[in-house]
Amino acid sequence: MDSHDNRRGEKLSDLKLVMVQYGILLVMLTLTAQLWRLQVLGAQNFRNLAEQNRIRKVPILAPRGKLFDRENRLVVDNYPSVSCFLVREQTRNVDADLPLIARGLNVDLDQLRATLRRYRAAPGYQPIPIKQDITADEQAFIEAHRNELPELETIDEERRLYPRDGFAAHLIGYVGEVSEEDLNNPRFAYYEPGDVVGKAGVEETYDQLLRGQDGSREVIVDSHGREVGYLGIQHAIPGQDLKLTIDNDLQKAAELALGDRNGAIVAMDPRNGEILAMVSRPSFDPNAFAVRINRTDWNKLIDDPDHPLLNKAIQAQLAPGSTFKILMSVAGLEEGIAQDLKINCSGGWGPYGFFHHCDEHHGAVDIHDAIPYSCDTFYYMLGDKLGIDRISKYATEFGYGQRTGIDLPGEQAGLMPSAQWKLKNYHARWYPDETLDVSIGQGAVEATPMQLARIIGGIASGGHLVRPHVVFSDQLAADFRKGLLESYPGSGDVDIPMDPETWITVTDGMADVTQPGYFHTAGSAHLEGIDFGGKTGTAQVMSHEALEKTNKGKATNPNVWFVGVTPRRNPELVVAVLWQNGEFSYYPARIGAKVVAAYVEKQRRLAHNLVPMKAAAPVEMGAVWTTPQTGGKTANEKNDTARMQAGTFLVKDGQIVGQAKPGAHSGMRPAAARSAQEVAGLATAHSASVGGNQ
Amino acid sequence: MSPRMRIFSFREFDWALLAMVLLLCTLSVLEIYSATLHTKYVGFHTKQLLWIGGGLVAMFIFSKIDYHRLLDWAPWAYGVCLVGLAAVLVPGIGHKALGARRWIKAGPMLFQPSEWVKLVLVLIVARYFANLGGRGLTWKDIFKAFVLVGIPMLLVIKEPDLGTTLTYAPILIAGLFFGGINIRQTVIISTACLVLVAGAWTSGKILKPYQKARLTSFVNPSNDPRGAGYQLLQSEIAVGAGGVWGQGAAKGTQTQGNFLPIPHADFIFAAFSEEHGFVGALFVLLLYFSILMRLIQNAQTAADLSGSLIIMGVVAVLTFQILVNVGMVIGFMPVTGIPLPLMSYGGSSVLFTFLALGAAMNVRMRRFVN
Repeated sequence: MDSHDNRRGEKLSDLKLVMVQYGILLVMLTLTAQLWRLQVLGAQNFRNLAEQNRIRKVPILAPRGKLFDRENRLVVDNYPSVSCFLVREQTRNVDADLPLIARGLNVDLDQLRATLRRYRAAPGYQPIPIKQDITADEQAFIEAHRNELPELETIDEERRLYPRDGFAAHLIGYVGEVSEEDLNNPRFAYYEPGDVVGKAGVEETYDQLLRGQDGSREVIVDSHGREVGYLGIQHAIPGQDLKLTIDNDLQKAAELALGDRNGAIVAMDPRNGEILAMVSRPSFDPNAFAVRINRTDWNKLIDDPDHPLLNKAIQAQLAPGSTFKILMSVAGLEEGIAQDLKINCSGGWGPYGFFHHCDEHHGAVDIHDAIPYSCDTFYYMLGDKLGIDRISKYATEFGYGQRTGIDLPGEQAGLMPSAQWKLKNYHARWYPDETLDVSIGQGAVEATPMQLARIIGGIASGGHLVRPHVVFSDQLAADFRKGLLESYPGSGDVDIPMDPETWITVTDGMADVTQPGYFHTAGSAHLEGIDFGGKTGTAQVMSHEALEKTNKGKATNPNVWFVGVTPRRNPELVVAVLWQNGEFSYYPARIGAKVVAAYVEKQRRLAHNLVPMKAAAPVEMGAVWTTPQTGGKTANEKNDTARMQAGTFLVKDGQIVGQAKPGAHSGMRPAAARSAQEVAGLATAHSASVGGNQ
Repeated sequence: MSPRMRIFSFREFDWALLAMVLLLCTLSVLEIYSATLHTKYVGFHTKQLLWIGGGLVAMFIFSKIDYHRLLDWAPWAYGVCLVGLAAVLVPGIGHKALGARRWIKAGPMLFQPSEWVKLVLVLIVARYFANLGGRGLTWKDIFKAFVLVGIPMLLVIKEPDLGTTLTYAPILIAGLFFGGINIRQTVIISTACLVLVAGAWTSGKILKPYQKARLTSFVNPSNDPRGAGYQLLQSEIAVGAGGVWGQGAAKGTQTQGNFLPIPHADFIFAAFSEEHGFVGALFVLLLYFSILMRLIQNAQTAADLSGSLIIMGVVAVLTFQILVNVGMVIGFMPVTGIPLPLMSYGGSSVLFTFLALGAAMNVRMRRFVN
């Protein structure tokens, strides 16, 4: 106490106190001035800002259009699903809750943290998607932890439901969240981050129609995005349903026929380009993409050497092998060379110092034998006579080396070499020896299954080639259709004039391919009672010399092809089959035969059950039922017998010919028994009863 | 009057000051009620009432102890404070929340030593300068004063708690100003401080990057629309949207919609301004002004220099907090986490303010004691 006594009476200087008083007054006046500026002068501006803060447009997601097959059977549907979001609260530190959330929702803790980090820069009201399509258990977890984890919210959405087991997966495609690259792409100008868009197949091509238009609700929200009031609604416009040209039954038959083989099948109606079935193997499950696909699954798809995401029907560009001989035959006949070319096949030919092998010693071969025998020697010689320029001209005219223009993304163009092409790309002359390789569909020639189906289907239709498509175009608005044709350019619909003799010779040759006969490459794919032709192909993946040095594993197996038509002329169906690293070309021929059988089977059933026999229209010309006009051909015995079988059937069943069945299904009339094992699994009880007719 | 009676005598108590303080507290409780209505903090106004009640009791008790005795105890209290502040930094004792180690857990209560240090600093600084007797200050005197306040400042900034650290500065400044610093010394020290601050800023060791970001974001809040800039922007919108008359109690969309960060604590003035407008905000500022003027008048009439210095220390802390908090809310100042005295929710803040006011009352009650 004492220490203070001597200072009693001392006071603070009044001047300093007054200074402090004025200082405080100054502080208060400054604060008041700013308050005046904000609250009196800026009130309206800040009121508007406050309004914007709290009125939010909440999107109502438009359900995506459904996909149906050509008979209006559902292929792709939507299903209601619940997603979990995390709503950040400024006042709550969610980091501590993350382990619990990760456990309850079965998500990876590190992945969850990474998600939160990604959204750190986003505004506070924006909810962070934690997990999509949560299960009932996970939903129950969120409900049970409402108090401990108030930051978790659930939102109802509609999700894509695709067929199981990758059924038509490549054709349908899949959807996913729009990527950042896509957002920078002008094509995606109308998309916003977080939008779900088609990423492949029909989903991508027709995204604009399928996606519909999201609606919105104007709601009053707090800073957590929680709705506290409601102003108005703008309903969502659901996406347009689309009818696909595929036939579920045929698609299923094709899926079963190809099995697990690495390859593709495409089945098309060559009269109008409608794709009836499209299969690519290995397949993937598009449902995995409907929810965000996890990294391991994605890497598995990407790293698979067989490329499951590739739609091999339109994206595998490989040497067409002997299927190219159909084009060669047309070129040779149209040029007047092949008719008179009669050769002796002694196992190959080597006029330029390098011997080119043929698979067999076919002996005497003319154009009628060359197709069913697939005699390389004949085509070496034909190709040598034609020269690369003429081959290239015909091939290009029929569509080799160009996209078909199918309405699916990512189609490949293949390659048709020419002298000019070699000069431009390799700065080298074309050697006549190279023409020999091209003549049998090897060398630099590349084609996709889709191209082969269009070309060979078109040749069998007498030069009527079509643009393949998977969606009926009558559902599309004119301007969308126009945009589609521009976005997916290709060789399209063309009619190439062909000599009828050429047409008949080539199609008869194709019909012989599947007839039993010595040297016939696909005799074992024969379908009794069905007019079914085609061409096999075997394309080596490495030269004979290189093959000698390997231990001949599976990877060295050739790629084998088959392109079939039914009936042989003016076909209703063309089917192209590719089996990569398969073994023998009659395997894909048998696969193609199964598809053809399934098709014919169904058409016959429809003809019986649905079309009144008496109302049937007369048979059209050019279909199976006319006797093949072999021209000056001296048919060999085996072929004649085979051809007579079809003819016999016609005569025996003549009564039905008059009554049954409209042009559309002219090839599909009730027929004689087919060998049951050829269409194992596809034959129905009905076919057995039909078989009884004979 | 017998000594026993004097214990219950509050005749010289500053009832006018208390009335103004209680009016502010009432506004505070009402606004906390309104601002927490739709949040998980609902009901905090009753807690605040309890704190105010406790504060009042503490203030009355505190005012009865002769401030000279308090000054005698101040060195001991100062020592305890330093130990407490150091203890906070020890991981086992200090309680960590929101990334900062600021609390000591005593039973169910969390208690923040850095708030109490303010009060002790007011006393120890008053004692220090009163002992110097108002004569001119030597450089040694000034250096000692800086050490006295600098040690706790360094300890608190380590927690880290930048806001509280800054509130210690005005105590020192007030002490130096009234303790007799001359103009030459003022200029030299200000320059030195500027250099030091600039050095600390660029060295990057004293201030963490987020603290720097918070300090600079007020200049251009839209640079950082999510963090501190976002808070400032929302706060400005809230104040501006209030207009002249305000949106009405419990009707502020910024406050009720949770756009305002912690609208019951640091940003309570924004919430109040939104709901009660320019008129309301001006009334609160006027109340603060009156309270401060009343305190200064008490300082003038104090019986001795130490009493005046105590009150002026309190005035300095309160003014600084008002300036920084309100300045922050209206976009003048960075976000520092300094509460608004008597308005913001928070036990430590309320208790400190009432004790500080108790110290001021204490001085006033003894102005006629020879």
